Amino acid sequence: MSALLILVPFFSVLILNLPLKGIRKLAFGGAICLSLLQMAAVFIPDSAFWKINPHAFGSIFSFELSADSLSKVILFCIGLVSFSALFATRQTLKESAGRFNFINIILIAVAGMNGVALAQDIFSLYIYLEITAVSSFILIAFNRDILGLEGAFKYILLSGVATVLMLAGIALFMLIAGSTSFAVIHAVLLNHNKDFLISLGIGLFIVALFIKSGLMPFHGWLPDAYTAAPAAASVLLAGVVTKIAGVYVLIRILVSVISFSPAIKSILLFVGALSAILAAIAALTQSDFKRMLSYSSISQVGYIILGVGSGSVLGIAGAALHIFNHAAFKSLLFINSAAVECQLGSRDIEEMGGLAKQMPVTSLTSIIGSLSCAGIPPLAGFWSKLVIVIALWMAGFRAYAVIAVLGSILTLTYFLILQRKVFFGKPNAEFKDIKEAGFSLTFPALILAALIIGAGIFTPFILNRFILSFNSILGG
Amino acid sequence: MLSAIFVVLLFIIGIYCIMASYNLVRALIGLEILIKAVTLLIIAAGAKSGHLHLAQALVITVIVVEVVMITIAVGVVVGIHIHNNSLDVRKVRRLKG
Amino acid sequence: MFLDLLSLILLVSAALWTVMTRSLLRSAIGLALTSAILTVIMFKMEANLAAVFELSVCAGLIPVLFVSVVSLTQPYTHQEILERMKSMFARFRLLPVILIGIGLILVLLGPHSQAKLPLPESGENTRFILWHLRQLDLLGQVIILLGGVFGVEVLFKERKKSA
Repeated sequence: MSALLILVPFFSVLILNLPLKGIRKLAFGGAICLSLLQMAAVFIPDSAFWKINPHAFGSIFSFELSADSLSKVILFCIGLVSFSALFATRQTLKESAGRFNFINIILIAVAGMNGVALAQDIFSLYIYLEITAVSSFILIAFNRDILGLEGAFKYILLSGVATVLMLAGIALFMLIAGSTSFAVIHAVLLNHNKDFLISLGIGLFIVALFIKSGLMPFHGWLPDAYTAAPAAASVLLAGVVTKIAGVYVLIRILVSVISFSPAIKSILLFVGALSAILAAIAALTQSDFKRMLSYSSISQVGYIILGVGSGSVLGIAGAALHIFNHAAFKSLLFINSAAVECQLGSRDIEEMGGLAKQMPVTSLTSIIGSLSCAGIPPLAGFWSKLVIVIALWMAGFRAYAVIAVLGSILTLTYFLILQRKVFFGKPNAEFKDIKEAGFSLTFPALILAALIIGAGIFTPFILNRFILSFNSILGG
Repeated sequence: MLSAIFVVLLFIIGIYCIMASYNLVRALIGLEILIKAVTLLIIAAGAKSGHLHLAQALVITVIVVEVVMITIAVGVVVGIHIHNNSLDVRKVRRLKG
Repeated sequence: MFLDLLSLILLVSAALWTVMTRSLLRSAIGLALTSAILTVIMFKMEANLAAVFELSVCAGLIPVLFVSVVSLTQPYTHQEILERMKSMFARFRLLPVILIGIGLILVLLGPHSQAKLPLPESGENTRFILWHLRQLDLLGQVIILLGGVFGVEVLFKERKKSA
């Protein structure tokens, strides 16, 4: 029955495009309901809903889908970020025909991402990843302005190369295991660990996923694509698409298919640390609001990979928690940047200043988002970063734990710079008539901020249970 | 296996083409060649391991996905041409890496 | 065996020509030719269904797409073509050298694998696999085609106002 998470968005798109009068107006409302239902559905207790159900639809169709804790975290993030992105479209896309198409494409992207979260087979993973990628291409190029088209083209080329590498890995796995399902490949790989073909397949897969996550040194496409995309698309991309496409698939592959080996762990730790630090340094030098946020995203993904690289249950739980936190605070920050861009018409932070008085809601929520990203207690980001640092320390990777903490300090630095330049400091006379952004951009900001604060307060109570639920993922 | 060597050669041709071309369409052709290389790899892997039917199902799906991706890429290229009036990659540098 | 080797060499040569030829139109046709040779190779490996798909789509539809893009965009003047010829040759002349080099390295030191091969699949045919075992993939194909439709609508629609 979890196939509903893929089928419902898909059928909604079909229904919304029927030639019935007035059905187009349902698009926004319907999509919002879907995202809320998705967030609620994650809390359905472990029952037949989530297990593989081969004869779900009267033995005509059989879909191999199943979900564990990691998938549920991702599914919740997808619902949350699509909720925010949908609201952002109301304000930033004025023309209603364009907005209708945008919402439809978001629904297709959601169907694709849900498929990635639920798939139990590496080839199905590939297809649903492509669905997500194709929707992202269209969303980035949506306004058909030259920057958006350039960003989309770079993304298409790099994502295409990553796809080809992933398919090559799939071909090698199929050669060795005779099947593309997770369980079969896992069983076969346990017997064959040192073979050249297997290492090649694993290597190709990992490189492909590094490119898709935007980790350094394969991050070339990410800042351009995020910055050039229309605001609502950036929210979706930064909040969840790259996390799904890169990080979640990487964790899923490592955990369910190939097991951790010291070589893999050291590669992950190195690449993660490199991205976390270098991207944070790059963020310090940016003058475009969205570009700074994009480098911040690369840096946070580096954190998540550091957590995964520790190879322990604690590390993976910390990484999953950080995926959720990043979805929350990065979407919030991108919505704030959309609000600022919408009202001011510019993204150059050097020109801004003193907006705290004129845009109080945006300013306040952006402070909460920034502090959560930097890992300041009691906000949610603190807990996930703490878990990752502890996991690294306990796994014996002391140097990396120190690097992680250093990265947090850098993060705090560039966010303080951002805050000072945009919301505090001397106001620019040019922008003295700016008012707060409309409801569609302040409402999701407030919800996300409340969620971050609430998660920050409640995490210590549920942390134990959360981490324990990941025990089963790593094979107990 | 013999075809493996040629798959690698095709890979190299594709990547070299993407990196060295000055024209957007030629870069897409390079991507196409990469996809052909991987198609050959999947079929060869299927033939060698006796799972040819699975391999064919995979290849058919990959071809469908590839068509959609190339269609969208072509749409983006046409859009760039409308703006720049040229397909020169060197002119597509407005975004700083 | 010899025929296999010959067709593989033809494949790589066609790809090389596609990439190094100076005119975009010839590149697109070269792509169709490369796909056709790949189709023949696939037929010889008894992958019939996939070969048909490859022929009709990759040697048909996609080159048509490329040819239409090339014809929609402005042709270069003769002077520009001559310049491009020279610079292209300079850029691409390394490629055959690299190919021969890597080819030799792979043949001589080819890494070998001792992996045990899996049991071959029991006698289903491709249609069975596609329609019964991989329905999730079929659903995915339908969804991505729907996405493609939206892509075409968004990217190819005539703009009413000037860019």
